[in-house]
Amino acid sequence: MLELTFFNVTNGLIIGAFYALMAIGLSLILNLSGVINFAHGGFLVIGGYLAYTLRPYIGFWGALIVAPFLTAIIGIAVERLLIRRLYGRDPLYSLLLTFGLAFIIEDGTRQFWGANGLPFSVPEGLTSALSSKFFFITGYRMFMVAMVAIVVGLLFVLLRYTRIGVRIRAGTLDLETVSALGVNVRALRSLNFAVGIFLAGLAGVLAAGQIGLEPTMGDSLLMPSFIAIIVGGVGSLTGTLFGGLLIGVASGLTAVIFPSASEAVIYVMMAIVLLVRPRGLLGEEGMLT
Amino acid sequence: MTPKARGLSQQGRHLAMLAVIWAALVFAPYWMPLFGGYTALGTRVLVLGLAAMSVNFLLGFTGVLSFGHAAWFGLGAYGAGLCLKWVALSTPLALLAGTVLGGVAGAILGVLLVRRRGVYFAMVTIAFGQVFYYIAFQWSSLTGGDDGLRGFERQPLDFGPFKIDLLHNDVYFYYFVLVCFAAAAAVMAFVLRSPFGHTMIAIRENERRARFLGIPIELHIWIAFALSCFFMAFAGALYALLNNFADPRVLHYSLSGDFVIMAVMGGMRRFWGPLLGAVIFVVLQDYISSVTVNWMSFIGALIVLIVLFFPRGVLGLLGQRRTA
Amino acid sequence: MNKPLGTFDRRTLVKAGAAIGLSQLSAPFIIAARGDTPLKIGVDNPLTGTYAAPGKNEGVGIQLAVDQLNGKNGILGRRIELLTEDSTSGDAGAAVQKARKLIERDNVDFLVGNVNSALAQAMAQVSNEKGVLHVVPGGHTDGITGTNCKWNVFRVCTTTRMEANSICPLLFNTYGKKWHFITPDYAFGHTLYDGCEANLKKLGGTVTGNELTPLGITDFSAYLIKARAANPDVLVVLVQGNDMVNCLKQIAQFGIEKQLHVAGTQQELEAVEAMPPEARVGIWMFEWYWKQAAGTPGLEAFIGEVRKRTDGKVPTARTWFGYVTIHAYALACEKAKTVEAKAVAKALGDMELPPEVKMQPNKVYFRGGDHQLMLSAFVGELSQKGDGDPENLFKVNHIVAGDTDAPPVSETGCAMQMPA
Repeated sequence: MLELTFFNVTNGLIIGAFYALMAIGLSLILNLSGVINFAHGGFLVIGGYLAYTLRPYIGFWGALIVAPFLTAIIGIAVERLLIRRLYGRDPLYSLLLTFGLAFIIEDGTRQFWGANGLPFSVPEGLTSALSSKFFFITGYRMFMVAMVAIVVGLLFVLLRYTRIGVRIRAGTLDLETVSALGVNVRALRSLNFAVGIFLAGLAGVLAAGQIGLEPTMGDSLLMPSFIAIIVGGVGSLTGTLFGGLLIGVASGLTAVIFPSASEAVIYVMMAIVLLVRPRGLLGEEGMLT
Repeated sequence: MTPKARGLSQQGRHLAMLAVIWAALVFAPYWMPLFGGYTALGTRVLVLGLAAMSVNFLLGFTGVLSFGHAAWFGLGAYGAGLCLKWVALSTPLALLAGTVLGGVAGAILGVLLVRRRGVYFAMVTIAFGQVFYYIAFQWSSLTGGDDGLRGFERQPLDFGPFKIDLLHNDVYFYYFVLVCFAAAAAVMAFVLRSPFGHTMIAIRENERRARFLGIPIELHIWIAFALSCFFMAFAGALYALLNNFADPRVLHYSLSGDFVIMAVMGGMRRFWGPLLGAVIFVVLQDYISSVTVNWMSFIGALIVLIVLFFPRGVLGLLGQRRTA
Repeated sequence: MNKPLGTFDRRTLVKAGAAIGLSQLSAPFIIAARGDTPLKIGVDNPLTGTYAAPGKNEGVGIQLAVDQLNGKNGILGRRIELLTEDSTSGDAGAAVQKARKLIERDNVDFLVGNVNSALAQAMAQVSNEKGVLHVVPGGHTDGITGTNCKWNVFRVCTTTRMEANSICPLLFNTYGKKWHFITPDYAFGHTLYDGCEANLKKLGGTVTGNELTPLGITDFSAYLIKARAANPDVLVVLVQGNDMVNCLKQIAQFGIEKQLHVAGTQQELEAVEAMPPEARVGIWMFEWYWKQAAGTPGLEAFIGEVRKRTDGKVPTARTWFGYVTIHAYALACEKAKTVEAKAVAKALGDMELPPEVKMQPNKVYFRGGDHQLMLSAFVGELSQKGDGDPENLFKVNHIVAGDTDAPPVSETGCAMQMPA
């Protein structure tokens, strides 16, 4: 029992890291631009499928690097053409627009790549188990966690120490002042959106290696991302990171005690947080009222 | 035009619009087939239109977005189905059971919600909806689980000397739903015109000011929320009767999304907007999905266009510019 | 914005609409001769969403059969008109609405669908209410030809019980009597487990454990450790969809299939092709498989035709389901010499499929008592690389006759109510 719990907690952390990756991208977009991106799962799917198409030409590692960038470029196009017009409006509109966008993306991927699931193999070296005796963890899952850790780490460095990062953080708190200080807010928003989408695209490539590709694969990851943001605290990226890990672990623990509820438990957690402490664990008061 | 004349002609236009709407609704089974429609499509439009109006009751008139409102819709559907299957073979009782189940659940859970606003509120409603979804999915001995709740069907209305067969006669059932719809719409309109309704609009316009005026905000929001849950559950019960079936997906937030889209498409701040939105959404989806397998792209594109260029919806485009 | 103009437009629109409507009503009605009117078949299957892939493949089989029939004499001399609707993979409402549309507006003589069990049952209620013949090509829940059987509803694919009954005796006799299970924790999973456990008990074997896993879990290592520690002869993997892919991948990663025998119940080529090669392990049953003995009547032509229509892909069991559905209906109509539903239903019950339609050994027929097709189960082993053809990923060892593995009608819970 203890062993089972230990494994499930570890697995929960691994899944949680994945949720965190998605959620952080979502959070970046939400914090700076006030946009609720219901199409985030769709960008994950695009990232995964692009990697699949590129793979025969540039290999796994090439696809891993290029696909998220391509997805981010698509993201910029979407931001420029569509999302830009919604800034300043009620978040309801961005929610609905991205909801519609998600429809288009799902249909588009099904049209382009077919309805059937597609396999995405990962290099030999990554798939072997690390140790089959005690730590029943495969190399690939460790690789995923490592990727998430690296990318999130880089993101935090970017936000802390580069000029753009500082501007994004400042913009999250007070965009008007940032604009008054002469910063090109439009470009900032586009770039911020691109970074968020880059993370979604990367999550897509990683997910493809784990579960393969399928046009509807983004759906089941979208809600946990929102929940991670809410549980961890809206407005705080560190909070979102912890939120993701926390709900992953909670799901893992529930799988031991009460398996049929392990999917529902994250919603219960969200409800509890929202009712008791709506700003979440590390969030700022009043970020989303 | 003098103000009085303008006022009268506004009233005249309003009455004309009502006349058109009701004429279209009452004669639907007769003119729909001429355009390739069929009665069951009209019934579906009515039911989903009522659901969209229930969401709008909250969204358009109180300014509160509930994105998990399908929870009460689904509860209404399951309530009606379970009542028909296990309790009594009576259509009115099933409607009552569904409405009460969804409405009361909404009212109770609403107590927890009212302090939150904006996206928080929306997300909590999603959370509730999903928990109900998983319960419906897993509690298969009661709900039939993933295979759905089946084995019930709408019963004829028994008026003693004569019966109205709602099950086999689509047209009779359409008129039954129309009567139910009219009743619900009447109640909704009544509430919105009452002082309570005006208070709701005041809260929507400027909550802080309303609070300073001494209006108990949370109480009003709770009442509005509970009422909209009752309407929603009623629509859900009708939906179960329409399909003679209920399955867990009727509780899923993606269905909620559809209702919000209908409300926005038709015109969020208008009473009849959501019905018009339902007409457009349901009919278009029905028509386009027969013509092409890529209907999702069309609907998605339509949603994007509406949000970008017609945020006030169709009625907002066609109609008068309101001063309030 | 011009207010008066807006109102004017609306009123004009209504007037125009009324005018068009009236002109339609006054147009003379032309009643066509019976033999000229096409026979309408309505398909209400998912073309979008989670179930799009099997839905599309069934559609390929259906379209092929329709084209073949129309190329000859149609059905009873009448051309077939195929109407396809997307039921979507969402809630039953859309499927029910489309079924009503096909039956009421389009007056189809025959309804086909659905891949999803819930939607299939919802549609069956509509078709039963309207008295239209209905065949479910690929919806698996037992109730369709069990507790919810109806006089007008027939089903092509297997029931979960048939799946278990087909593979369990073979597993027991070949590999051993101690079995460990990995079962998804929901109704369908429990049904699968019950079927396998019943078989095992009857044969005299033992269950070393049953791991209930939550849906959507991506990591099975904890359960696999326990399974391995229990030292069974056979590890039975009952999880479906993505869960199955993950579980098999991990089994392969940890080399478990080298230590004990891995098996499951039903497998589909669509799912196998979506798996990475290393996950293609285990013993499974297919409801139909394309690579069979040379000289199987109709098979080569079928494969060739399907390849032409799908950019070179082979037919899967789903393609076959769709194909059989249409041809069986055509044959039943010819036998009954009418398309009237009750007569066709009678003709379809106990009807045997001819060799070029069934494309398999053993007798394949619709059982009269529950309207379930007695199709064979192709039991065999998955191979990681295609053998001779990149899509030949399954090595068939046994083809078990349908009426061998199907429980008798009395055990299915079907009490069919014939119409008056």
